[in-house]
Amino acid sequence: MSSDVASLDMPSEEPGVQLPSRQHVTGFGFYLYLLSDGILFAALFAVFAVLRTATDGGPDGHMLFSSRNAFIETACLLTSSFTCGIAMLACDRRNKFVALVGFLVTGVLGLAFLTLEIHEFADLIAKGDGPGRSAFLSSFFTLVSTHGLHVTCGLLWLGVLLVQFLLRGFTPAILRRFLCFSLFWHVLDVVWIGVFTFVYLVGGYL
Amino acid sequence: MTTQQRHDAQRGDSNTPGLEGREAHGSLRGYIIGYVSAIALTIAAFVIAPNTNMAPFSVVAALAVLAIAQMLVHLIFFLHINTAPAQKINVTAFAAAMLIIAIVVVGSIWIMGHLNRNMLPMEHLMQMQR
Repeated sequence: MSSDVASLDMPSEEPGVQLPSRQHVTGFGFYLYLLSDGILFAALFAVFAVLRTATDGGPDGHMLFSSRNAFIETACLLTSSFTCGIAMLACDRRNKFVALVGFLVTGVLGLAFLTLEIHEFADLIAKGDGPGRSAFLSSFFTLVSTHGLHVTCGLLWLGVLLVQFLLRGFTPAILRRFLCFSLFWHVLDVVWIGVFTFVYLVGGYL
Repeated sequence: MTTQQRHDAQRGDSNTPGLEGREAHGSLRGYIIGYVSAIALTIAAFVIAPNTNMAPFSVVAALAVLAIAQMLVHLIFFLHINTAPAQKINVTAFAAAMLIIAIVVVGSIWIMGHLNRNMLPMEHLMQMQR
C-alpha cells in the first residue's frame, strides 16, 4: 500500500508548497476517462442519427418505442443519481448509515432501470425486431446496450465497494473509490438524458 | 501514510482539479435544486414530444434545448463543474472533449446527409451495375 502512495504523496521539500494528493490525481484521471467515454457515446449517437431512417422496410421508432417505459427508466436513473449524491454528502460527514442507505437505494434503482431495459430488449427480440432486423435497430441496440453495459458494470462496482465499505469503513482508499463511482454514475445519467431525448422522444414521435 | 491521511482528511486544496475544500461534494441544497430542475426539464421534454400542433423541426429544437439544459444542470449541481479558478483544468479538458464530440456528431450528420442526398436511388444504382 505504502510504496505507490508515497510516489504520489511525497511531502514537499519546501514548506508551504502542497502537492496534489492521491485522491485528486485519481479523481482527475477518472474525470478524463469519463470525458473519453463521453466521446465514445457521441460516436454511437452520431451512428444512430445517421441510420435513423435506414429501417429496410422494417419497423421504425414510432412503432417500437414506448415513452412510458422510457419515462420510468429516466425516473429511476435520475433518482439514483440524486441518492448517490446524498450518499457522497454523508461520506463527507462520515455518516456511515446514511451513506450505506444512499448507496443501497442507488443500487436498487439502477437494478430497476436495468430490469426494465432488459425486458424491453427481450420484447423487441421476441417480436423479431432484434439488432439483425435493420441498420436502424442495430444502431439502436448498440447505443442503448452500451449504456446498459455501463450501468451493469457500475452496479457490480457498487456491490464490491459496499462490501469493502462494510468491512473497512471510511478509509481514504474507499472514499476515493466512492468519489470515482459517483462521478461515473452521474455521467451515466448525463448520457441517458441524450438517449431518452434523441432515441425515445425524437425517434419515437418525430 | 500520514501524509495520505492528512490530505484525504482535508479532501482538497487550492490547486485541486474537481475538488475544493471540505464541501467537496456540494451541499444538500445544491443536490435538491439540481434534482428538482432535472425533474422539471424531463417532464417538459415528455410533454412537448407528443405535441402535434408544433412543426416537427421546432419540437426537435425544443427537445435539444431541454436536453442540453438538463445536462448542464447535472454538470453544475451533481458533478460540480464550475468556473472557479481552481477548476480551470477541468473546464479546459471538458471544453476539449465537447469540441471533439461536436465535430463527431455534427460532422457525421452533415456529411452523411449530403452523401444520402447526392447518391442515386438504390434501384437505379443496382441497374447500372448489371
